Parts: sequence; C-alpha cells; structure tokens
Amino acid sequence: MTVFKHELSRGRTSFAVWTVCVALLLSACVCLFPEMKGEMENVSDIFSSMGSFTAAFGMDRLDFGTLLGYYAIECGNVIGLGGAFFACLTASVILSKEEKDGTAEFLLTHPISRRSIVTQKLMAVFAQITGLNAIVFLASLASMRIVGEEIPFKEVILIHLAYYLMQLELGGIAFGISAASKRGSMGFGLGLAGLAYCLNLIANIAENVRFLKYFTPFAFCEGADIINNLALETEYLIPGAIMCLLGITAAYFIYLKKDIA
Amino acid sequence: MYAIRAQGLTKYYGRTRGIEKLDLSVEKGDFFGFIGPNGAGKSTFIRTILGLISPTSGRAEVLGMDISEKKEKLLANVGYLPSEAIFYDGMKAGKVIKLSAELRKRSCSRYAEELCERLQLDVNKRCDELSFGNRKKLGIICALQHEPELIVLDEPTSGLDPLMQREFWNILHEHNRRGATIFLSSHILSEIRNNCRNAAIIRGGSIIATGSVSELSKTDARRVAIMGSADISALEGVRALEKNEQGMSFLYSGEASSLLRALACGDVRGITITEPGLEEIFMHYYEEEAAE
Repeated sequence: MTVFKHELSRGRTSFAVWTVCVALLLSACVCLFPEMKGEMENVSDIFSSMGSFTAAFGMDRLDFGTLLGYYAIECGNVIGLGGAFFACLTASVILSKEEKDGTAEFLLTHPISRRSIVTQKLMAVFAQITGLNAIVFLASLASMRIVGEEIPFKEVILIHLAYYLMQLELGGIAFGISAASKRGSMGFGLGLAGLAYCLNLIANIAENVRFLKYFTPFAFCEGADIINNLALETEYLIPGAIMCLLGITAAYFIYLKKDIA
Repeated sequence: MYAIRAQGLTKYYGRTRGIEKLDLSVEKGDFFGFIGPNGAGKSTFIRTILGLISPTSGRAEVLGMDISEKKEKLLANVGYLPSEAIFYDGMKAGKVIKLSAELRKRSCSRYAEELCERLQLDVNKRCDELSFGNRKKLGIICALQHEPELIVLDEPTSGLDPLMQREFWNILHEHNRRGATIFLSSHILSEIRNNCRNAAIIRGGSIIATGSVSELSKTDARRVAIMGSADISALEGVRALEKNEQGMSFLYSGEASSLLRALACGDVRGITITEPGLEEIFMHYYEEEAAE
C-alpha cells in the first residue's frame, strides 16, 4: 500500500483545497436559501419561463420555492462541476505525471508490479473522490440544519449519490487517459469534465440530440428526475458504468505494456 | 553464473533503432564498464534489462531471472542509478530514501544513514532544492541502501565533486568486494580504466568489443612521437598523424623495421614509442562511428 499512501500524501493539498472550496460554496448556497425563499415565488415563475435555458437546467420541473428544488438546481451545479473537475484533474494526471516529471524511472525500478501500481493509484483516486463527497455531504447536512430547514434525507442522499457516481465514472475515464498519455494530460482531464457537463446541457435543450445523454454521467444527476422518481435512472447509469470500466480496463492494458522512456 | 546475460536483444522505437541483436554477458561479482558514444544505445539497454521498456525481440536474464517473467523478483536485488536522478518535488530527501526502502519492503535505515553521512547529504532538504550533484547523491543512496546483488549505474559521477567521487568509488568497491556486481555505464574512460575489470564497447546499438580492460587496451598499434622531421609518406600503417613545430606524432601499426629505416633517413632529434592509452583506442571507435 506504499504507493497508495504516497499518492494520498502527494495529493493532500489539492484534495484539501478542492474539498474546502466545494463544501464552503455549497454551504453558502444553502445558507442563502432562507433569504431567497420569500422572493422565490416570483423567481420560480421567471425561471420556469426562460425557454431552453429553463430546460437546460431542468428548472421547469422543480419548485425553486422549496429547499429541495433550490438545492437540486443551485447546489447541484456546485457539487457537479466542482466534483467533476476535481475527479478529472486528479485521475487524468495520476499515472502520466510520473513520466512527465521524470519520476517514473525511480518508481518503476523498484520491485513492485505495474499492475499493483495501477491498482494503488486507482484506489487513491477513488479514495480522494470518496473523501471529498463524504465531507461535502456532511457540510451540506450541517448547513441545512443551521438554516433550520427540515432535511429531506432520501432525496438529498440520492442527489449526492448520483454526483458521487458521476465523479467515479469521470474518474475512471480520465484514469484511462492518464495511462495513455506521456506528457501530462491535465488539459484532457479538464476538457473531459467540461465536455460531459455541456453534453448534458445540449441534450436537455435540443430534443433531437437527446441520445447524447447516454454519453455523459451528468444525465443521471438531473435533480428533477431524481426528486420526482426517487431513484437514479438506470438507463443512463449502465452506459456510465460501462464507460468507467472501459477506462479502467484500458488503463491496465496500456500501462502494463507501456515503454517508459 | 551471470549477473546479466543478453542474447540478440533488440529494441526499436517505431523505426528508430535503440539496440540491435545485442549479445552481452556480465559475470557475477564483476566490476563491468559499459562504454559508448551518445546515442549508441547504452540507456536503451539498461532500461530494457530493468523492464522499463520491453524488447522488440531477443531475450535477457538478470541474476538468472528472465526480464519479462520475473521482473519484480529481480528488481528486488538490483539497485539502479539513472543518469538524471529526479525525485518528487516538495518531498524531503530523507522521505525519498524511506519511500524507496518501503517500496522494497526493507528496513535499511542504518546503512542509509551511514551513506548519507559519508556522502554528506542533508536529508532535511527538499528534492527541488537539491543541486544536481546532491540529487545524484540521493540517487546513489536509494540505489545502494538495500545492498543489492547487482548495481547498475548510468553515468554516476556527473555533478559530484572530486572528493565525493572518491568516496563514491570507495563505497562501490566495498560493495564489489562483498560480492555485488557493478555495471557501470560511462563515457569517462579514466573511470572505466581505474575501476573496471571488464568492459564492453557499444556502438550503433550493438556490442563491438568486449573483454578485460587490459585486453581491450592492447593493440598492435604504437604511438610514435618524434622531435625533428622525417619523410614517412611511404610508410604503411600510419594513422592519426599530427604535426607541430617540434615534430610529429602518429599511431603506427606497420613493420617496425620500415619505420626505423624511414626515421633513419630523416633529421630526428628525439623519439618516444609508447602503447596508446585506452582513450586513444576508444576515440578510434568513436570516430569510426562519426565517419559512418
């Protein structure tokens, strides 16, 4: 487990910064709710009549006047984007940085199999994603308690679970990219997170490209769907899980045979 | 038994040659020099036998274990110093030494401490603050602390000051005396001559000569230097002719009597005939490479 511990230690600053930022932003959003609540009745009408913008964020199917509706849209974007970027950034460089920084020669001439290195690094990525989500979830519950709202546990848990799975999926895909890249792949990672987010927005706006939802894990993170169905959409979860597994399998396949020059 | 044995080892990067049909055997316990110009394939060979890159064809064994089958097992008994020792930025030197030991599942802190003291490395400095020479020392400690059976060094002394170099060679000879095999890649010939028993010369991806250092230095050619002048244009076997104000100097591999006759006709005030140094012999190999 040396590599796993080493990775957690190397990534601790980035982990702390991202976790604190997402948790603080999310808590701030929740704390704004009581003030917004009174004005929301009018806002809800406005938000639900902004055409494609409304559809893009699923605001036509949620009530902004309730904590849950507000949370699903406002806060969802914070965890969604923050978490996705963190997951992609962390995963997309975790293998390639050794080559980019020239430390691969050091690491790989120790008696440790490449399979074990890949496994431990993957575990480090997933552990960091899990840690961020756990802390953000607790911060969110705490801030709901602070503003004195009743906590809709089931829905909030499902929303957080969806975002957590989304980050694992993106992390798995970015991990595959990391194994294939030689010269650092942070740009790919950022691009992947941005692309996944935009694909979902586009699919929400334009009916004829709805199939794009199968290619982005943001598809199963729609607050409106989760709250109305009280379930995650397996229709989108399954292709997501497949892409994640493909990314991870590719990482093993590529890294085990890769020439470290 | 061999510490390193390669048979027909070939590595192509796409179409670019790394090494080609390389055959090499290094006996256990040897102090072995690996010499060749830049781009000859020295690092490719080392990276291949350590499993960093996989060979296109051919096979190799390290400490009797096949490099593609028992990589982890053989690496446990190998210490490697890369030509550019690079470590994790922000990490303290001491932590790197500990990490290396942990990756080997070994506790060797006592010997590591001794090495740090002898090489005068400040373990509290961060890797990114270390000079090139100090990074090299850190690399040496990581390569030696677990007292491996085979020590592979790729241009180890660059960046080390002369005092440190002396200490470094002392340490290496200690390991060698205890039975460790030393495989030293270098293009500093004096290092090879002063330390190695056997050596191989690599050029264009293949071994062109191998044997004991004294054997490799042996040649029929003699370095002839004369003060004064003589007409040697008719002599056969003259190479590397250099003329100066005092006289001239050349490598001669022809008949001794022809040389003496030619010199007798000239105006020669002084003469020295010596065996050429290792440098000259290798320069000869290097130059052929450049001429190709």
